[in-house]
Amino acid sequence: MPQALHELKETASQTAGPYVHIGLAPGAAGFDIYRNELGHDIAGPHAAGERIRIEGVVLDGTGAPVKDVLIETWQADANGIHAHPGDPRSGEVAPGFRGWGRVITDFDTGVWGFDTVKPGPVAGRDGRLMAPHISLWIVARGINIGLSTRLYFSDEAAANAADPVLGLIEQVHRRQTLIASLSLSDGKPLYRFDIRLQGDGETVFLDI
Amino acid sequence: MTKPAAFFQRDRTWHPPALTSDYKTSVARSPRLALLSIENSASELTGPAFGHGDIDPGDADLIRNYAHTGDPVGERIIVHGRVLDESGRPVPGTLVEIWQANAGGRYRHRKDAYMAPIDPNFGGCGRTLTDAAGGYAFRTIKPGAYPWRNWVNNWRPAHIHISVFGSGFAQRLITQMYFEGDPLIQRCPIVRSIPDPRAIEQLIAPLDMNAAVPFDCLAYKFDIILRGTRSTLFENRLEGN
Repeated sequence: MPQALHELKETASQTAGPYVHIGLAPGAAGFDIYRNELGHDIAGPHAAGERIRIEGVVLDGTGAPVKDVLIETWQADANGIHAHPGDPRSGEVAPGFRGWGRVITDFDTGVWGFDTVKPGPVAGRDGRLMAPHISLWIVARGINIGLSTRLYFSDEAAANAADPVLGLIEQVHRRQTLIASLSLSDGKPLYRFDIRLQGDGETVFLDI
Repeated sequence: MTKPAAFFQRDRTWHPPALTSDYKTSVARSPRLALLSIENSASELTGPAFGHGDIDPGDADLIRNYAHTGDPVGERIIVHGRVLDESGRPVPGTLVEIWQANAGGRYRHRKDAYMAPIDPNFGGCGRTLTDAAGGYAFRTIKPGAYPWRNWVNNWRPAHIHISVFGSGFAQRLITQMYFEGDPLIQRCPIVRSIPDPRAIEQLIAPLDMNAAVPFDCLAYKFDIILRGTRSTLFENRLEGN
């Protein structure tokens, strides 16, 4: 026998279940318990950059909206800086910008939405710039391990075309599943991003 | 802090697959196409950081954090352990959040209609930050088993849902902790979505009498393992880095 590596195994995932809101967004579950519920304000009041709204639904394999899903978002600020000590420029992030949010659906319609600032481009691991994007992590009843994907922006066509992750998607038409489409709502930028868990137009999910 | 290194690849054969047909809800909610594996970039290596300004010390005490007229009904327990990475290194300062049913198996959620009563003194959620050694502790009530719609007579084993962050978004994890000795564990289609029996055993917390408080509460110990961080030996010398 060779020497043992003495590594531990990652704790296995289990579904977040139908009552994930109790733990992560108790207000949505129907009660008020914490002084400060986390994840409501992604960008804070002081962050520079374009204020945008993103809306969508998550659809199951039959085309029905998933009404009990919870999505977490993670992004850089408009200058491409993450509010994380591993980012050498993290000290330049505006006070109150966390870049992380928790998004819940309307329990009747499955529609979700969140407000943030549009992120700037971030360097990829080989130094190539990645197009502006928001990382998403999706959990719900029936999802055994959280699904990771990215949201890109339709008005960044040139950057998207050069993005190293989008470029890895072999079926070119599937790249569109990661691109939110821009419209205007009351004069403000509104992006639409529907996530299809399965079937026609299935969203590209990432093993990160 | 130096530039973070990449995480160990996630072992997808250890975790439950997306489609586990005995857990019926997974059938229409599981992707059919392969995941796209990407190397970690800054977007995956970083993640939200939390501090003691975000939460209150009392948030970790589920016996008291929603008590109005007295303590909740049920078996008083401590759930404690450490958050470590796959190399055994402590993960300090990370947010751990839990949620659970009350002693009767009822959740405080507008969508739960089980006949067992709501406990007016029990909310069912708590949160804390790990200490410098990765340690965490909650005080709570042991949750009850409850029926759920899957097959006609499915019952969830007593469990506590646990959410953990780590330092990077790619470490994000939600799991469930079960209790030693529960005969419902091996009958549960959600537990059995995990293919490897060793991975299931890792979700079962043993009774920990040394952490119990005499004449007050029992204790269960549950360590949580997050993805490890790769060393960067030689890596920075590669062309293009």
